[in-house]
Amino acid sequence: MPEPTSKATSETTPEPTPEPIPGPTHEPAPGAALELRGVSAGYDRRAPVLHGASLTVDDGEAVGLLGPSGCGKSTLARVAALLHRPWAGTVRLAGRTAHGFRHRAPRELRTTVGVVFQQPRLAADPRLTLADLIAEPLRATGRRAEIPGRLPALAASAGLGGDLLARRPHEVSDGQLQRACLARALVLRPRLLVCDEMTAMLDASTTAALVAAVEEYRREHGAALLAVGHDRVLLERWCDRTVDFEALPPR
Amino acid sequence: MTAELSVRELSVRFPLRGGRAVAAVTGVSFDLAPGECLAMVGESGCGKSVLASALLGLLPGNARVGGAALLDGLDLLTAGEKELARRVRGRRIALVPQSPASHLTPVRTVRSQLEETVRELTGASGPKLRGAAGAAAERAAFPAGHLDRYPHQLSGGLAQRAATALALVGEAPLLIADEPTTGLDRDLVDRTADELRRHVDAGRGLLLITHDLAAAERIADRVAVMYAGRIVELTDAAGFFDAPGPRHPYARGLLEALPERSFTPVPGMPPELDDLPAGCAFAPRCDRATDACAAVPALAGSRSGAVACHHAYSHAPETADA
Repeated sequence: MPEPTSKATSETTPEPTPEPIPGPTHEPAPGAALELRGVSAGYDRRAPVLHGASLTVDDGEAVGLLGPSGCGKSTLARVAALLHRPWAGTVRLAGRTAHGFRHRAPRELRTTVGVVFQQPRLAADPRLTLADLIAEPLRATGRRAEIPGRLPALAASAGLGGDLLARRPHEVSDGQLQRACLARALVLRPRLLVCDEMTAMLDASTTAALVAAVEEYRREHGAALLAVGHDRVLLERWCDRTVDFEALPPR
Repeated sequence: MTAELSVRELSVRFPLRGGRAVAAVTGVSFDLAPGECLAMVGESGCGKSVLASALLGLLPGNARVGGAALLDGLDLLTAGEKELARRVRGRRIALVPQSPASHLTPVRTVRSQLEETVRELTGASGPKLRGAAGAAAERAAFPAGHLDRYPHQLSGGLAQRAATALALVGEAPLLIADEPTTGLDRDLVDRTADELRRHVDAGRGLLLITHDLAAAERIADRVAVMYAGRIVELTDAAGFFDAPGPRHPYARGLLEALPERSFTPVPGMPPELDDLPAGCAFAPRCDRATDACAAVPALAGSRSGAVACHHAYSHAPETADA
């Protein structure tokens, strides 16, 4: 992933840092779940992918972002999930402004977002069993003790039962692996779930099952959703509202 | 040149330790006529792609294959590797691959790959070779201006066309397209599907293996629904996607899962192919299952509509459940 080598700490917007970041991530925080203001980003300064894009996802709201392949919607999703550092603009998650991206994102902010990618094979460490894969975020954030209490119910809600949890990625189908990736995205109880073409590789029945699992989690936790995709029929059925990428207000 | 493909009782097993086996494909029979598109649909992991590999002789060495697959009298399953490599692949059966970006050689331009294929398949050389490669690109609607590009410089749609152009070089009368639309956006799916349809209308047979029901609906003449390695319904596409609809409960469930329909998944998960239930493999997920389902139902019916279910929805006028 080509990232500009400039100092990542040099923030492009001189917005005052808000008060110290509060503790638990799943505490209700004021403001929209996600607020992007004037975000410009890309991989090559001469050919930016996003020009001052703005998008708001209210708390508990489900927004579908539509656009053809290669239009930049995945880059926007990556910025929203703090996985790509924008050149300009602000990203606010649950009312708190992000000042670091990728590995510099503070944990309290990073864990408010869960991400599911398009290709589960590329998003899963082939050496981990599905159980370890799902529990990895808990391990990485020092919450190992919660694993036994959280894992079985979560795996069941994602439709993973039986001996599947003991298998490694090469022993399961794409649909089953994507279920595990969804469970992994939900394990820290994020306030915002970003699904980037989550179902593009999957058949109709698995798609419907995964969407149902996401909706069940959102009902239970009141989480917001940014679903990125090109399937208008699907996103209109799934989300409260859909936005065309081309129609994103600049600034 | 046209070719009729006739598959009879095709089975593929992968033996495991301890005497068990993965039953990837079981007793699959179908015919594919020239100028016809048969769409093979089903959930991921139901054996669709193994079927395609079996027809091309590309299965790994530990696979045990049974049955017959006749292409104009040649049994593809017993033909030797030499025969398959020299006479069949690319010449009589062409494969339009899944994810063309990884099928193309990344370090060579599209032109160089097309010329290599043309040289190998037709023996053309010199200036003729260049012309033939250009013509091959044109046939798949690949723009001539992009011939000198490398695969990473192509969009998904162009990479798909480059792969299709390679597949069409040998004028093979039978095309097998394995998930040709995965990961493409709706416009590109439609365009790719329409391009494949054009080749069918030109007299080629097309076996379209896909989980994309919209693409299948767009171009298929007939539909085969696969579940746990078996064909559970084989029917005309028109009656499958529109009224009166599929007759097998699984096929119904699959269609109902579409977001433009009721968007409810088929309950449960597909069975593991190394641990199939006795009897009908769909029975544990089926709301119509009874004791009769302990016996595997045979695919029964006519060429225009066959179903393998003890409790298939009937197409008699106005059933209560439709």
